[in-house]
Amino acid sequence: MTDKERKELQIMATRVREGVLTATHGAKCGHPGGSLSAADVFTYLYFREMRIDPADPRDPDRDRMVLSKGHTAPGLYSALANRGFFPVEDLATLRHIDSYLQGHPNMNTVPGVDMSTGSLGQGLSVAAGMAKGAKFLGKDVNVYAVLGDGEIEEGQIWEAAMFSAHYKLDNLCIIVDLNGLQIDGPTAQVMNSAPVDEKFAAFGCHVVVADGHDYDALEAAFARFHANHGSGRPTAILVKTLKGKGVSYMEGQVGWHGKAPNDEEYAQGMAELAAARAALEVE
Amino acid sequence: MADVKKVATRQSYGEALKELGAEKADLVVLDADLANATKTDIFKKAFPDRHFDCGIAEANMMDVAAGLSTMGLVPFASTFAMFASGRAYEQVRNTIGYPHLNVKIGATHGGISVGEDGASHQCCEDFALMRTIPGMTVLCPSDDVEARKMVRAAYEMEGPVYLRFCRLATPVIHDESYDFHIGKGEVLTEGGDVAVIATGIMVPEAVEAAKLLKEKGVGAMVVNMGTIKPLDEDLVIRAAQKCGRVVTVEEHTVIGGLGEAVCGVLAEHCPTPVKRIGVYDEFGHSGPAGALLTAMGLDAAGIEKATLAFLGK
Ligand SMILES: Cc1ncc(C[n+]2csc(CCOP(=O)(O)OP(=O)(O)O)c2C)c(N)n1
Ligand SMILES: [Mg+2]
Repeated sequence: MTDKERKELQIMATRVREGVLTATHGAKCGHPGGSLSAADVFTYLYFREMRIDPADPRDPDRDRMVLSKGHTAPGLYSALANRGFFPVEDLATLRHIDSYLQGHPNMNTVPGVDMSTGSLGQGLSVAAGMAKGAKFLGKDVNVYAVLGDGEIEEGQIWEAAMFSAHYKLDNLCIIVDLNGLQIDGPTAQVMNSAPVDEKFAAFGCHVVVADGHDYDALEAAFARFHANHGSGRPTAILVKTLKGKGVSYMEGQVGWHGKAPNDEEYAQGMAELAAARAALEVE
Repeated sequence: MADVKKVATRQSYGEALKELGAEKADLVVLDADLANATKTDIFKKAFPDRHFDCGIAEANMMDVAAGLSTMGLVPFASTFAMFASGRAYEQVRNTIGYPHLNVKIGATHGGISVGEDGASHQCCEDFALMRTIPGMTVLCPSDDVEARKMVRAAYEMEGPVYLRFCRLATPVIHDESYDFHIGKGEVLTEGGDVAVIATGIMVPEAVEAAKLLKEKGVGAMVVNMGTIKPLDEDLVIRAAQKCGRVVTVEEHTVIGGLGEAVCGVLAEHCPTPVKRIGVYDEFGHSGPAGALLTAMGLDAAGIEKATLAFLGK
């Protein structure tokens, strides 16, 4: 990617992160931590990787994305809004009683959402079903599933991984957000899911490890996914990230998993993101 | 009923899938290592490319079916009722029910008539579990003919459907002219003293019970309620108004099944005394299906006895 393209993605990611703060602040609840850790992945997917059209969100031939870690809906919604699927101003209505922006992704109310999720451990199975369906129908459709590193403690993830390798779903890209934290503490202490790379490899996936905040690394990782088409094996991209990334007081803090910023915190976070964007714009 | 033709509704399921599969290219079947028991192997033999075995992973299978449906396919996900409605309840609730996806769940081995496998496999809770899911259609055929028509009706409607089939071969009471409609019950015998509303393989038993009751001077209006949800409320109310006493019969716990669905309608619209015949808050156990059903009062003699007691005769 060119320097300009990289910078555009980085700038867009600051807007996606602002949307996360605006949405959770407006809701007075919700999940900023894992939305921010995955914000660069969401930005990369929706602004560079996926074949999608905001004007035709239900195009049967579009690529699909299943947010298996559905609690990070603010991150997904913000990426979708910034990509033009619905107005960015609506993000502030997240979780409101009259809003279509449900607390967890709803495929029937939110344009661009490909699957309703929220109960952890299920999204990879759905993505596998989509990928299997695409292959059965002879469609050139890629399916992406974004998982949490706590979420993969669910046994169903491994049922789905086994299914995906068995049915040779090389059009399936599994992305695991290795932010190291879940609700009760560090994943290594709550229920150690490591070594994640060896587990996915043992289940028959191509495994790629990448810095989840580095667009060149993401580009290389997704290039590996595309190169794996025809191999008969799914790809698992393990992205190393920082939970709360981009908002200083949230970074690496387990307490910001599912808590909204108050007015003061919101102002500070928005100022930090605006400053980051300004720095990128002058560079 | 020695000379009556008997067919297990799971067999009907497998055959109906094969027949429908020949017409509908978008129909796919999933199983969880039970194709020989659920009878989806009949479909598999005809259409091996459209039968996806998911291995012993029912939760995954339900969500894979959800994903397939979003691609425009019509998946029939098949396993035993216990695992379809129990093991995978939350998958069905959140990932098929909540998005209202076009997934059909073919659940075989419902009820006590599973027999020798015993309580771990005798699912008597599936109506209750599936009824609670908004937008879920719940079907249970009384015989082979109805089972095959239900599979077609399930395919033809848009939205999630749970179909409960049985392992045991049971009498065929309909001929091919029978016209099944989702949400419509069927009056099998006329009678003015008691309405007997039954579902599944209890229907032929209820018809036999009505003959026994007639000998005792009791006229029973037997209703075959093939659709548990949405319930044919008009028919339930009409039967109650006509007979003044209602008996429900199901191979299911009396908690949350057909009986309570009927009670709910009648309590709100036409208060009527009801006797619920079913499994009385207990687990089943091993034994031949017929003997088990008799022991639990789920046969014609049991229905006759409970109905007479209910009527004070
Ligand atoms: C089946 C299920 N169990 C529990 C929860 C509650 N829950 C929501 S988020 C979460 C922690 C998720 O941690 P992780 O997967 O690491 O996500 P991230 O760090 O990316 O936010 C839990 C336990 C849930 N949504 N679903
Ligand atoms: Mg995490």
